[in-house]
Amino acid sequence: MISKKDIENLADLARIKLSDGEKESLAKDVDSILAYVDQIKAAPIGDFKPSAGAVKNVMRDDAIITTPAEDRERLLDEAPKREGDFVAVKKILSQE
Amino acid sequence: MKKIDLKNLTITKAHESLTKGDFTAVELAQAYLAEIEKKNGELHAYLEVYDNVLDQAGFADKAIAALKKEKKEIPMLMGIPFAIKDNILVKGKTASSASRILENYSATYDATVIKKLQQKNGAVLIGRTNMDEFAMGGSTENSAYGVTKNPHDTSRVAGGSSGGSAAALAADLCLAALGSDTGGSIRQPASFCGVIGMKPTYGSVSRYGVMAMGSSLDQIGPFGKTVEDAQIVFDAIKGRDPMDSTTISSDTYPRVSLKKKPVVGVPMHFLDKGLHPSVKKTLDETISKLKEKGYEIREITLPNIAYSLPVYYVIMPAEVSSNMARFDGVKYGLHKDGKNSIDDYFASRAAGFGPEVRRRILLGTYVLSSGYYDAYYYRANAARRIITDDFAKAFESVDIVLTPTAPSPAFKIGEKTADPVAMYLEDIFTVTANLTGLPALSVPAGCAEIDGKKLPIGMQLTGRHGDEATLFEAGKDIEIGV
Repeated sequence: MISKKDIENLADLARIKLSDGEKESLAKDVDSILAYVDQIKAAPIGDFKPSAGAVKNVMRDDAIITTPAEDRERLLDEAPKREGDFVAVKKILSQE
Repeated sequence: MKKIDLKNLTITKAHESLTKGDFTAVELAQAYLAEIEKKNGELHAYLEVYDNVLDQAGFADKAIAALKKEKKEIPMLMGIPFAIKDNILVKGKTASSASRILENYSATYDATVIKKLQQKNGAVLIGRTNMDEFAMGGSTENSAYGVTKNPHDTSRVAGGSSGGSAAALAADLCLAALGSDTGGSIRQPASFCGVIGMKPTYGSVSRYGVMAMGSSLDQIGPFGKTVEDAQIVFDAIKGRDPMDSTTISSDTYPRVSLKKKPVVGVPMHFLDKGLHPSVKKTLDETISKLKEKGYEIREITLPNIAYSLPVYYVIMPAEVSSNMARFDGVKYGLHKDGKNSIDDYFASRAAGFGPEVRRRILLGTYVLSSGYYDAYYYRANAARRIITDDFAKAFESVDIVLTPTAPSPAFKIGEKTADPVAMYLEDIFTVTANLTGLPALSVPAGCAEIDGKKLPIGMQLTGRHGDEATLFEAGKDIEIGV
Protein backbone atom coordinates (compact mmCIF):
# COMPACT_ATOMS: atom_id res chain seq x y z
CA MET A 1 0.00 0.00 0.00
CA ILE A 2 1.19 3.46 -0.88
CA SER A 3 0.73 5.84 2.03
CA LYS A 4 0.32 9.58 2.09
CA LYS A 5 3.85 9.72 3.50
CA ASP A 6 5.19 7.76 0.47
CA ILE A 7 3.54 10.25 -1.86
CA GLU A 8 5.12 13.11 0.12
CA ASN A 9 8.56 11.51 -0.32
CA LEU A 10 8.05 11.00 -4.06
CA ALA A 11 6.78 14.56 -4.51
CA ASP A 12 9.84 15.77 -2.63
CA LEU A 13 12.15 13.81 -4.96
CA ALA A 14 10.24 15.07 -8.00
CA ARG A 15 10.11 18.63 -6.66
CA ILE A 16 6.38 19.17 -6.92
CA LYS A 17 4.35 20.83 -4.20
CA LEU A 18 1.10 18.94 -3.57
CA SER A 19 -2.04 19.85 -1.66
CA ASP A 20 -3.25 17.54 1.11
CA GLY A 21 -6.28 16.43 -0.90
CA GLU A 22 -4.10 15.62 -3.87
CA LYS A 23 -1.78 13.49 -1.74
CA GLU A 24 -4.75 11.32 -0.74
CA SER A 25 -6.06 10.91 -4.28
CA LEU A 26 -2.58 10.28 -5.72
CA ALA A 27 -1.94 7.56 -3.13
CA LYS A 28 -5.12 5.84 -4.31
CA ASP A 29 -4.27 6.26 -8.02
CA VAL A 30 -0.66 5.13 -7.73
CA ASP A 31 -1.83 2.13 -5.71
CA SER A 32 -4.30 1.01 -8.36
CA ILE A 33 -1.77 1.52 -11.18
CA LEU A 34 0.89 -0.46 -9.28
CA ALA A 35 -1.64 -3.25 -8.69
CA TYR A 36 -2.16 -3.35 -12.45
CA VAL A 37 1.52 -3.28 -13.47
CA ASP A 38 2.36 -5.93 -10.86
CA GLN A 39 1.47 -8.45 -13.58
CA ILE A 40 4.98 -8.05 -14.97
CA LYS A 41 6.26 -10.05 -12.01
CA ALA A 42 4.88 -13.17 -13.75
CA ALA A 43 6.67 -12.46 -17.06
CA PRO A 44 9.13 -15.28 -17.94
CA ILE A 45 12.18 -13.06 -18.34
CA GLY A 46 14.75 -15.88 -18.17
CA ASP A 47 18.38 -14.84 -17.81
CA PHE A 48 18.00 -11.27 -19.01
CA LYS A 49 21.20 -9.29 -19.12
CA PRO A 50 20.73 -5.55 -19.23
CA SER A 51 22.42 -3.96 -22.23
CA ALA A 52 21.94 -0.95 -24.42
CA GLY A 53 20.44 -3.27 -27.05
CA ALA A 54 20.86 -2.77 -30.75
CA VAL A 55 21.44 0.96 -30.48
CA LYS A 56 24.92 2.35 -30.17
CA ASN A 57 26.14 5.64 -28.86
CA VAL A 58 26.62 8.33 -31.48
CA MET A 59 28.83 11.24 -30.55
CA ARG A 60 29.12 14.48 -32.40
CA ASP A 61 32.47 16.16 -33.01
CA ASP A 62 33.71 18.08 -30.01
CA ALA A 63 33.89 21.28 -32.03
CA ILE A 64 33.35 24.85 -30.93
CA ILE A 65 30.14 26.15 -32.43
CA THR A 66 29.39 29.83 -32.20
CA THR A 67 25.74 30.51 -31.60
CA PRO A 68 24.50 33.43 -33.68
CA ALA A 69 23.66 36.45 -31.51
CA GLU A 70 20.05 36.33 -32.70
CA ASP A 71 19.63 32.73 -31.44
CA ARG A 72 21.24 33.62 -28.12
CA GLU A 73 18.80 36.49 -27.72
CA ARG A 74 15.82 34.25 -28.46
CA LEU A 75 16.97 31.66 -25.91
CA LEU A 76 17.66 34.24 -23.22
CA ASP A 77 14.35 35.94 -23.89
CA GLU A 78 12.51 32.75 -22.94
CA ALA A 79 14.00 32.80 -19.43
CA PRO A 80 11.47 34.05 -16.86
CA LYS A 81 14.17 36.28 -15.31
CA ARG A 82 17.10 37.69 -17.17
CA GLU A 83 19.95 39.99 -16.25
CA GLY A 84 21.90 41.10 -19.28
CA ASP A 85 23.30 37.99 -20.90
CA PHE A 86 22.54 35.79 -17.89
CA VAL A 87 19.55 33.78 -16.69
CA ALA A 88 18.81 35.10 -13.21
CA VAL A 89 18.07 32.87 -10.19
CA LYS A 90 17.83 33.50 -6.47
CA LYS A 91 21.03 33.50 -4.41
CA ILE A 92 22.01 29.97 -3.42
CA LEU A 93 24.85 30.89 -1.05
CA SER A 94 24.43 33.15 1.90
CA GLN A 95 27.07 34.80 4.06
CA GLU A 96 26.91 33.59 7.61
CA MET B 1 -14.34 33.08 -52.31
CA LYS B 2 -13.63 30.07 -54.47
CA LYS B 3 -15.73 26.98 -53.75
CA ILE B 4 -13.49 23.96 -53.19
CA ASP B 5 -14.82 20.49 -52.37
CA LEU B 6 -12.76 19.98 -49.22
CA LYS B 7 -14.60 16.82 -48.22
CA ASN B 8 -13.29 14.84 -51.17
CA LEU B 9 -9.95 16.57 -51.44
CA THR B 10 -6.70 14.62 -50.98
CA ILE B 11 -3.08 15.72 -51.19
CA THR B 12 -2.70 14.19 -54.65
CA LYS B 13 -5.89 15.89 -55.93
CA ALA B 14 -4.95 19.25 -54.40
CA HIS B 15 -1.47 18.99 -55.88
CA GLU B 16 -2.98 18.37 -59.31
CA SER B 17 -5.33 21.34 -58.96
CA LEU B 18 -2.59 23.65 -57.71
CA THR B 19 -0.39 22.59 -60.62
CA LYS B 20 -3.15 23.04 -63.21
CA GLY B 21 -4.30 26.29 -61.65
CA ASP B 22 -7.87 25.20 -60.73
CA PHE B 23 -7.26 27.06 -57.48
CA THR B 24 -4.31 28.79 -55.82
CA ALA B 25 -2.67 27.94 -52.50
CA VAL B 26 -4.15 31.17 -51.11
CA GLU B 27 -7.65 30.14 -52.21
CA LEU B 28 -7.14 26.70 -50.70
CA ALA B 29 -5.92 28.21 -47.41
CA GLN B 30 -8.88 30.60 -47.39
CA ALA B 31 -11.29 27.69 -47.84
CA TYR B 32 -9.77 25.92 -44.80
CA LEU B 33 -9.73 29.10 -42.72
CA ALA B 34 -13.45 29.58 -43.47
CA GLU B 35 -14.14 26.01 -42.38
CA ILE B 36 -12.14 26.56 -39.18
CA GLU B 37 -14.15 29.72 -38.52
CA LYS B 38 -17.35 27.64 -38.75
CA LYS B 39 -16.34 24.51 -36.85
CA ASN B 40 -13.37 25.07 -34.54
CA GLY B 41 -15.43 26.84 -31.89
CA GLU B 42 -17.31 23.64 -31.19
CA LEU B 43 -14.64 21.02 -31.95
CA HIS B 44 -11.68 22.84 -30.32
CA ALA B 45 -9.22 21.02 -32.59
CA TYR B 46 -6.87 24.00 -32.95
CA LEU B 47 -5.42 25.81 -29.96
CA GLU B 48 -4.19 28.52 -32.29
CA VAL B 49 -4.55 29.35 -35.96
CA TYR B 50 -1.36 31.10 -37.09
CA ASP B 51 -1.64 34.73 -38.20
CA ASN B 52 0.59 34.22 -41.26
CA VAL B 53 -1.32 31.41 -43.03
CA LEU B 54 -2.14 33.50 -46.09
CA ASP B 55 1.43 34.83 -46.29
CA GLN B 56 2.73 31.25 -46.31
CA ALA B 57 0.18 30.33 -49.00
CA GLY B 58 1.10 33.39 -51.08
CA PHE B 59 4.72 32.35 -50.85
CA ALA B 60 3.77 28.85 -52.08
CA ASP B 61 1.84 30.34 -55.02
CA LYS B 62 4.91 32.37 -56.06
CA ALA B 63 7.09 29.27 -55.79
CA ILE B 64 4.63 27.20 -57.85
CA ALA B 65 4.52 29.89 -60.55
CA ALA B 66 8.33 30.10 -60.65
CA LEU B 67 8.75 26.32 -60.88
CA LYS B 68 6.14 26.11 -63.64
CA LYS B 69 7.94 28.80 -65.58
CA GLU B 70 11.21 26.90 -65.30
CA LYS B 71 9.38 23.67 -66.17
CA LYS B 72 10.60 22.12 -62.92
CA GLU B 73 8.81 19.59 -60.75
CA ILE B 74 6.54 21.07 -58.09
CA PRO B 75 6.95 19.34 -54.70
CA MET B 76 3.87 17.31 -53.80
CA LEU B 77 3.32 19.17 -50.53
CA MET B 78 3.75 22.70 -51.89
CA GLY B 79 0.76 24.77 -50.78
CA ILE B 80 -0.77 21.85 -48.83
CA PRO B 81 -2.32 23.04 -45.52
CA PHE B 82 -1.05 21.17 -42.43
CA ALA B 83 -2.09 21.06 -38.79
CA ILE B 84 0.75 20.61 -36.29
CA LYS B 85 0.52 19.05 -32.85
CA ASP B 86 1.30 21.56 -30.11
CA ASN B 87 4.43 19.69 -28.93
CA ILE B 88 6.33 20.28 -32.19
CA LEU B 89 8.38 23.48 -32.43
CA VAL B 90 7.71 26.09 -35.11
CA LYS B 91 10.19 28.95 -34.71
CA GLY B 92 8.63 32.11 -33.31
CA LYS B 93 5.28 30.45 -32.59
CA THR B 94 3.88 29.35 -29.25
CA ALA B 95 4.41 25.65 -28.52
CA SER B 96 2.74 24.74 -25.23
CA SER B 97 2.20 20.94 -25.30
CA ALA B 98 -1.26 21.96 -24.04
CA SER B 99 0.35 22.70 -20.66
CA ARG B 100 0.16 25.74 -18.38
CA ILE B 101 3.89 25.49 -17.78
CA LEU B 102 4.55 26.46 -21.43
CA GLU B 103 1.55 28.72 -21.96
CA ASN B 104 3.76 31.63 -23.06
CA TYR B 105 6.67 29.69 -24.49
CA SER B 106 7.71 30.78 -27.95
CA ALA B 107 9.72 28.19 -29.92
CA THR B 108 13.32 29.28 -30.48
CA TYR B 109 13.94 27.03 -33.47
CA ASP B 110 12.18 24.84 -36.05
CA ALA B 111 11.81 21.10 -35.52
CA THR B 112 13.46 19.08 -38.30
CA VAL B 113 10.04 17.87 -39.49
CA ILE B 114 8.88 21.50 -39.75
CA LYS B 115 11.99 22.46 -41.73
CA LYS B 116 11.30 19.57 -44.08
CA LEU B 117 7.62 20.40 -44.56
CA GLN B 118 7.89 24.16 -44.78
CA GLN B 119 11.30 25.01 -46.16
CA LYS B 120 11.98 21.97 -48.32
CA ASN B 121 8.45 21.29 -49.57
CA GLY B 122 6.57 24.59 -49.23
CA ALA B 123 3.74 23.22 -47.10
CA VAL B 124 1.46 25.74 -45.37
CA LEU B 125 1.18 25.46 -41.58
CA ILE B 126 -2.34 26.38 -40.47
CA GLY B 127 -1.90 26.20 -36.71
CA ARG B 128 -1.18 24.15 -33.62
CA THR B 129 -3.56 21.46 -32.45
CA ASN B 130 -4.88 20.43 -29.07
CA MET B 131 -3.52 17.37 -27.24
CA ASP B 132 -3.30 15.76 -23.85
CA GLU B 133 -0.82 17.74 -21.76
CA PHE B 134 2.72 16.69 -22.82
CA ALA B 135 1.06 13.88 -24.84
CA MET B 136 0.00 12.05 -21.69
CA GLY B 137 -3.46 10.66 -22.25
CA GLY B 138 -5.78 8.99 -24.71
CA SER B 139 -8.61 11.51 -25.08
CA THR B 140 -7.26 15.13 -25.04
CA GLU B 141 -9.20 15.48 -21.78
CA ASN B 142 -5.85 16.14 -20.09
CA SER B 143 -5.30 19.32 -22.11
CA ALA B 144 -4.98 22.39 -19.88
CA TYR B 145 -7.10 24.22 -22.47
CA GLY B 146 -10.22 22.05 -22.75
CA VAL B 147 -11.21 18.87 -24.58
CA THR B 148 -11.31 18.32 -28.37
CA LYS B 149 -14.62 16.89 -29.59
CA ASN B 150 -15.03 14.09 -32.10
CA PRO B 151 -16.37 15.44 -35.42
CA HIS B 152 -18.47 12.27 -35.87
CA ASP B 153 -20.26 12.74 -32.52
CA THR B 154 -19.44 15.82 -30.47
CA SER B 155 -20.45 14.13 -27.21
CA ARG B 156 -17.47 11.82 -27.69
CA VAL B 157 -13.70 12.24 -27.46
CA ALA B 158 -11.48 12.55 -30.51
CA GLY B 159 -8.96 10.22 -28.87
CA GLY B 160 -5.49 11.22 -27.88
CA SER B 161 -3.06 12.36 -27.27
CA SER B 162 -2.95 13.80 -30.83
CA GLY B 163 -6.74 14.30 -30.78
CA GLY B 164 -6.63 17.85 -32.17
CA SER B 165 -4.68 16.80 -35.27
CA ALA B 166 -6.99 13.84 -35.96
CA ALA B 167 -10.17 15.89 -35.43
CA ALA B 168 -8.89 18.78 -37.56
CA LEU B 169 -8.23 16.41 -40.43
CA ALA B 170 -11.53 14.52 -40.07
CA ALA B 171 -13.51 17.78 -40.01
CA ASP B 172 -11.72 19.22 -43.08
CA LEU B 173 -9.88 21.88 -41.09
CA CYS B 174 -6.60 20.85 -42.74
CA LEU B 175 -5.51 18.45 -45.47
CA ALA B 176 -2.81 16.60 -43.51
CA ALA B 177 -1.41 16.70 -40.01
CA LEU B 178 1.50 15.72 -37.80
CA GLY B 179 1.25 14.02 -34.43
CA SER B 180 3.52 12.22 -32.01
CA ASP B 181 3.06 8.67 -30.78
CA THR B 182 4.52 7.28 -27.55
CA GLY B 183 1.96 4.53 -26.87
CA GLY B 184 -0.70 5.02 -29.54
CA SER B 185 -1.13 8.78 -29.61
CA ILE B 186 -1.37 8.97 -33.41
CA ARG B 187 -3.11 5.66 -34.14
CA GLN B 188 -5.88 5.70 -31.53
CA PRO B 189 -7.21 9.19 -32.42
CA ALA B 190 -6.90 8.25 -36.11
CA SER B 191 -9.11 5.24 -35.37
CA PHE B 192 -11.64 7.34 -33.42
CA CYS B 193 -11.84 10.06 -36.08
CA GLY B 194 -11.79 7.89 -39.20
CA VAL B 195 -8.46 8.98 -40.66
CA ILE B 196 -5.15 7.24 -41.36
CA GLY B 197 -2.41 7.51 -38.76
CA MET B 198 1.04 5.99 -38.60
CA LYS B 199 3.69 5.41 -35.95
CA PRO B 200 6.80 4.84 -38.07
CA THR B 201 9.77 2.61 -37.13
CA TYR B 202 11.62 4.01 -34.11
CA GLY B 203 14.25 6.36 -35.44
CA SER B 204 12.88 6.79 -38.95
CA VAL B 205 11.66 10.36 -38.35
CA SER B 206 13.81 12.94 -36.54
CA ARG B 207 12.55 14.08 -33.16
CA TYR B 208 14.70 17.19 -33.04
CA GLY B 209 12.27 19.88 -31.91
CA VAL B 210 9.53 17.65 -30.52
CA MET B 211 9.05 17.73 -26.76
CA ALA B 212 10.29 14.46 -25.29
CA MET B 213 7.94 12.29 -23.25
CA GLY B 214 9.28 8.70 -23.31
CA SER B 215 12.51 8.90 -25.27
CA SER B 216 12.83 5.17 -26.01
CA LEU B 217 9.22 5.17 -27.32
CA ASP B 218 8.46 8.54 -28.97
CA GLN B 219 8.04 8.94 -32.73
CA ILE B 220 6.59 11.69 -34.92
CA GLY B 221 4.21 10.46 -37.59
CA PRO B 222 1.69 11.50 -40.24
CA PHE B 223 -2.09 11.74 -40.40
CA GLY B 224 -3.74 11.55 -43.83
CA LYS B 225 -7.23 11.16 -45.27
CA THR B 226 -6.02 8.31 -47.45
CA VAL B 227 -3.20 5.80 -47.04
CA GLU B 228 -1.53 7.36 -50.07
CA ASP B 229 -1.59 10.80 -48.41
CA ALA B 230 -0.09 9.42 -45.19
CA GLN B 231 2.64 7.79 -47.25
CA ILE B 232 3.43 11.07 -49.06
CA VAL B 233 3.81 12.88 -45.72
CA PHE B 234 5.92 10.09 -44.23
CA ASP B 235 8.25 10.16 -47.24
CA ALA B 236 8.66 13.92 -46.81
CA ILE B 237 9.56 13.82 -43.09
CA LYS B 238 11.62 10.62 -42.74
CA GLY B 239 15.37 10.29 -42.85
CA ARG B 240 18.55 10.63 -40.86
CA ASP B 241 19.21 13.81 -38.97
CA PRO B 242 22.50 14.76 -37.34
CA MET B 243 20.46 16.60 -34.69
CA ASP B 244 18.79 13.36 -33.53
CA SER B 245 21.32 10.59 -32.96
CA THR B 246 18.55 7.97 -32.70
CA THR B 247 17.57 8.44 -36.35
CA ILE B 248 18.23 5.56 -38.72
CA SER B 249 19.06 5.47 -42.40
CA SER B 250 17.33 3.53 -45.13
CA ASP B 251 19.84 0.68 -44.83
CA THR B 252 19.79 0.29 -41.03
CA TYR B 253 17.37 -2.61 -41.33
CA PRO B 254 17.54 -5.25 -44.07
CA ARG B 255 15.48 -4.25 -47.08
CA VAL B 256 12.38 -6.31 -47.59
CA SER B 257 11.17 -6.54 -51.15
CA LEU B 258 7.46 -5.88 -51.58
CA LYS B 259 5.51 -9.09 -51.86
CA LYS B 260 2.47 -9.28 -54.13
CA LYS B 261 0.29 -10.54 -51.30
CA PRO B 262 1.92 -10.45 -47.89
CA VAL B 263 1.10 -13.04 -45.21
CA VAL B 264 -1.02 -11.52 -42.43
CA GLY B 265 -0.76 -12.94 -38.91
CA VAL B 266 -3.59 -12.48 -36.42
CA PRO B 267 -2.95 -13.12 -32.69
CA MET B 268 -6.48 -14.38 -32.02
CA HIS B 269 -5.54 -15.51 -28.49
CA PHE B 270 -5.13 -11.85 -27.56
CA LEU B 271 -8.33 -10.70 -29.26
CA ASP B 272 -10.90 -13.15 -27.90
CA LYS B 273 -12.16 -10.92 -25.12
CA GLY B 274 -12.55 -7.25 -24.30
CA LEU B 275 -13.42 -6.16 -27.84
CA HIS B 276 -16.52 -4.05 -28.47
CA PRO B 277 -18.87 -6.11 -30.74
CA SER B 278 -18.51 -3.54 -33.55
CA VAL B 279 -14.71 -3.80 -33.36
CA LYS B 280 -14.85 -7.60 -33.44
CA LYS B 281 -17.18 -7.39 -36.46
CA THR B 282 -14.81 -4.99 -38.27
CA LEU B 283 -11.87 -7.30 -37.52
CA ASP B 284 -13.75 -10.29 -38.99
CA GLU B 285 -14.76 -8.25 -42.05
CA THR B 286 -11.19 -7.06 -42.55
CA ILE B 287 -9.89 -10.64 -42.41
CA SER B 288 -12.51 -11.71 -45.03
CA LYS B 289 -11.66 -8.74 -47.21
CA LEU B 290 -7.94 -9.55 -47.11
CA LYS B 291 -8.65 -13.21 -47.92
CA GLU B 292 -10.78 -12.19 -50.89
CA LYS B 293 -7.94 -10.02 -52.15
CA GLY B 294 -5.61 -13.01 -52.07
CA TYR B 295 -3.78 -12.47 -48.76
CA GLU B 296 -2.92 -15.50 -46.71
CA ILE B 297 -4.22 -15.18 -43.15
CA ARG B 298 -2.43 -17.11 -40.44
CA GLU B 299 -3.28 -17.40 -36.79
CA ILE B 300 -0.21 -16.60 -34.72
CA THR B 301 0.77 -16.71 -31.05
CA LEU B 302 2.59 -13.87 -29.35
CA PRO B 303 3.12 -15.56 -25.99
CA ASN B 304 4.04 -12.47 -23.97
CA ILE B 305 1.95 -9.78 -25.66
CA ALA B 306 -0.37 -9.54 -22.64
CA TYR B 307 2.54 -8.07 -20.65
CA SER B 308 2.87 -5.13 -23.08
CA LEU B 309 0.54 -2.72 -21.34
CA PRO B 310 1.84 -3.23 -17.78
CA VAL B 311 5.42 -3.06 -19.11
CA TYR B 312 4.59 0.18 -20.90
CA TYR B 313 3.10 1.71 -17.77
CA VAL B 314 6.41 1.14 -15.96
CA ILE B 315 8.87 2.23 -18.66
CA MET B 316 6.92 5.23 -19.92
CA PRO B 317 6.39 6.94 -16.51
CA ALA B 318 10.06 6.27 -15.67
CA GLU B 319 11.13 8.14 -18.80
CA VAL B 320 8.48 10.82 -18.19
CA SER B 321 9.80 11.55 -14.70
CA SER B 322 13.25 12.06 -16.18
CA ASN B 323 12.16 14.13 -19.18
CA MET B 324 9.87 16.40 -17.14
CA ALA B 325 12.75 17.31 -14.80
CA ARG B 326 13.83 19.96 -17.30
CA PHE B 327 10.85 22.15 -16.45
CA ASP B 328 12.27 24.18 -13.58
CA GLY B 329 10.90 27.68 -14.05
CA VAL B 330 14.43 28.97 -14.69
CA LYS B 331 15.41 28.43 -18.32
CA TYR B 332 11.98 28.88 -19.92
CA GLY B 333 8.30 28.47 -19.17
CA LEU B 334 6.24 29.37 -16.14
CA HIS B 335 7.99 30.70 -13.04
CA LYS B 336 6.43 30.94 -9.58
CA ASP B 337 8.31 32.45 -6.70
CA GLY B 338 9.01 30.32 -3.64
CA LYS B 339 10.91 31.06 -0.43
CA ASN B 340 14.26 30.23 -2.01
CA SER B 341 15.81 28.85 -5.16
CA ILE B 342 14.81 25.21 -4.48
CA ASP B 343 11.33 26.24 -3.45
CA ASP B 344 10.95 28.04 -6.81
CA TYR B 345 11.07 24.61 -8.47
CA PHE B 346 8.36 23.20 -6.21
CA ALA B 347 6.11 26.20 -6.75
CA SER B 348 6.65 26.46 -10.53
CA ARG B 349 6.09 22.75 -11.17
CA ALA B 350 3.03 22.67 -8.90
CA ALA B 351 1.45 25.58 -10.76
CA GLY B 352 2.47 24.37 -14.22
CA PHE B 353 1.75 20.63 -14.38
CA GLY B 354 -1.75 19.14 -14.56
CA PRO B 355 -2.97 16.07 -12.64
CA GLU B 356 -2.03 13.34 -15.15
CA VAL B 357 1.48 14.72 -15.61
CA ARG B 358 2.00 14.78 -11.83
CA ARG B 359 0.61 11.27 -11.53
CA ARG B 360 3.06 9.92 -14.11
CA ILE B 361 6.04 11.83 -12.70
CA LEU B 362 5.35 10.37 -9.25
CA LEU B 363 4.79 6.88 -10.61
CA GLY B 364 8.03 7.12 -12.59
CA THR B 365 9.90 8.39 -9.55
CA TYR B 366 8.56 5.41 -7.61
CA VAL B 367 9.55 2.71 -10.12
CA LEU B 368 13.04 4.19 -10.42
CA SER B 369 13.63 4.64 -6.69
CA SER B 370 16.10 2.39 -4.91
CA GLY B 371 14.43 -0.69 -3.51
CA TYR B 372 11.84 -0.78 -6.28
CA TYR B 373 14.04 -0.43 -9.35
CA ASP B 374 14.65 -4.20 -9.69
CA ALA B 375 11.03 -5.15 -9.21
CA TYR B 376 9.71 -2.64 -11.71
CA TYR B 377 12.03 -0.87 -14.11
CA TYR B 378 14.59 -3.65 -14.51
CA ARG B 379 11.88 -6.30 -14.86
CA ALA B 380 9.89 -4.21 -17.32
CA ASN B 381 12.95 -3.82 -19.55
CA ALA B 382 13.53 -7.57 -19.44
CA ALA B 383 9.90 -8.21 -20.39
CA ARG B 384 10.18 -5.62 -23.16
CA ARG B 385 12.98 -7.72 -24.61
CA ILE B 386 10.96 -10.96 -24.65
CA ILE B 387 7.97 -9.18 -26.25
CA THR B 388 10.29 -7.84 -28.96
CA ASP B 389 11.72 -11.35 -29.46
CA ASP B 390 8.17 -12.74 -29.85
CA PHE B 391 7.50 -10.30 -32.69
CA ALA B 392 10.84 -11.06 -34.35
CA LYS B 393 9.89 -14.73 -34.30
CA ALA B 394 6.40 -14.02 -35.70
CA PHE B 395 7.93 -12.02 -38.55
CA GLU B 396 9.89 -15.09 -39.64
CA SER B 397 6.61 -16.49 -40.98
CA VAL B 398 4.31 -13.48 -41.50
CA ASP B 399 4.81 -10.01 -43.02
CA ILE B 400 2.11 -8.12 -41.13
CA VAL B 401 0.42 -8.50 -37.75
CA LEU B 402 -3.24 -7.44 -37.75
CA THR B 403 -5.15 -6.27 -34.65
CA PRO B 404 -7.75 -3.58 -34.02
CA THR B 405 -6.22 -0.18 -33.16
CA ALA B 406 -8.39 0.28 -30.06
CA PRO B 407 -10.77 -2.06 -28.19
CA SER B 408 -13.79 0.20 -28.83
CA PRO B 409 -14.96 3.13 -30.96
CA ALA B 410 -14.69 6.66 -29.49
CA PHE B 411 -15.99 6.82 -25.92
CA LYS B 412 -18.03 9.56 -24.27
CA ILE B 413 -16.34 12.66 -22.91
CA GLY B 414 -15.90 12.12 -19.15
CA GLU B 415 -16.53 8.37 -19.34
CA LYS B 416 -13.04 7.31 -18.24
CA THR B 417 -11.61 10.36 -16.47
CA ALA B 418 -12.25 9.07 -12.94
CA ASP B 419 -10.24 5.87 -13.33
CA PRO B 420 -6.69 6.14 -14.71
CA VAL B 421 -6.34 2.38 -15.27
CA ALA B 422 -9.54 2.27 -17.39
CA MET B 423 -8.07 5.06 -19.53
CA TYR B 424 -4.73 3.23 -19.82
CA LEU B 425 -6.49 0.09 -21.13
CA GLU B 426 -7.29 2.08 -24.29
CA ASP B 427 -3.63 1.61 -25.27
CA ILE B 428 -3.68 -2.19 -25.06
CA PHE B 429 -3.10 -2.84 -28.79
CA THR B 430 -0.98 0.20 -29.60
CA VAL B 431 1.82 0.18 -26.99
CA THR B 432 3.50 -2.93 -28.42
CA ALA B 433 4.69 -1.04 -31.52
CA ASN B 434 6.38 1.54 -29.28
CA LEU B 435 7.96 -1.07 -27.00
CA THR B 436 9.33 -3.02 -29.98
CA GLY B 437 10.09 -0.03 -32.23
CA LEU B 438 8.05 -1.61 -35.04
CA PRO B 439 6.06 0.53 -37.50
CA ALA B 440 2.27 0.43 -37.18
CA LEU B 441 -0.48 1.92 -39.31
CA SER B 442 -4.11 2.56 -38.32
CA VAL B 443 -6.57 2.45 -41.19
CA PRO B 444 -10.34 3.11 -41.02
CA ALA B 445 -11.90 -0.24 -41.86
CA GLY B 446 -15.46 -0.09 -40.54
CA CYS B 447 -18.06 1.82 -38.55
CA ALA B 448 -20.26 1.32 -35.50
CA GLU B 449 -23.79 2.72 -35.35
CA ILE B 450 -24.27 4.06 -31.82
CA ASP B 451 -26.99 6.53 -30.72
CA GLY B 452 -27.78 7.19 -34.38
CA LYS B 453 -24.18 8.27 -35.07
CA LYS B 454 -21.69 6.52 -37.31
CA LEU B 455 -18.43 6.04 -35.42
CA PRO B 456 -15.29 5.01 -37.32
CA ILE B 457 -13.25 1.94 -36.37
CA GLY B 458 -9.59 1.54 -37.25
CA MET B 459 -7.57 -1.62 -37.83
CA GLN B 460 -3.87 -1.69 -37.02
CA LEU B 461 -1.21 -3.20 -39.25
CA THR B 462 2.21 -3.77 -37.66
CA GLY B 463 5.24 -4.58 -39.81
CA ARG B 464 8.93 -5.36 -39.65
CA HIS B 465 11.43 -2.68 -38.68
CA GLY B 466 11.87 -0.34 -41.63
CA ASP B 467 9.10 -1.97 -43.65
CA GLU B 468 6.50 0.82 -43.75
CA ALA B 469 6.06 0.13 -47.49
CA THR B 470 4.32 -3.22 -46.93
CA LEU B 471 1.94 -1.60 -44.43
CA PHE B 472 1.00 1.16 -46.86
CA GLU B 473 0.32 -1.35 -49.64
CA ALA B 474 -1.88 -3.56 -47.44
CA GLY B 475 -3.53 -0.48 -45.93
CA LYS B 476 -4.71 0.58 -49.37
CA ASP B 477 -6.47 -2.78 -49.67
CA ILE B 478 -8.50 -2.38 -46.48
CA GLU B 479 -9.18 1.37 -46.19
CA ILE B 480 -12.71 2.62 -46.53
CA GLY B 481 -13.75 6.24 -46.99
CA VAL B 482 -15.36 7.53 -43.77
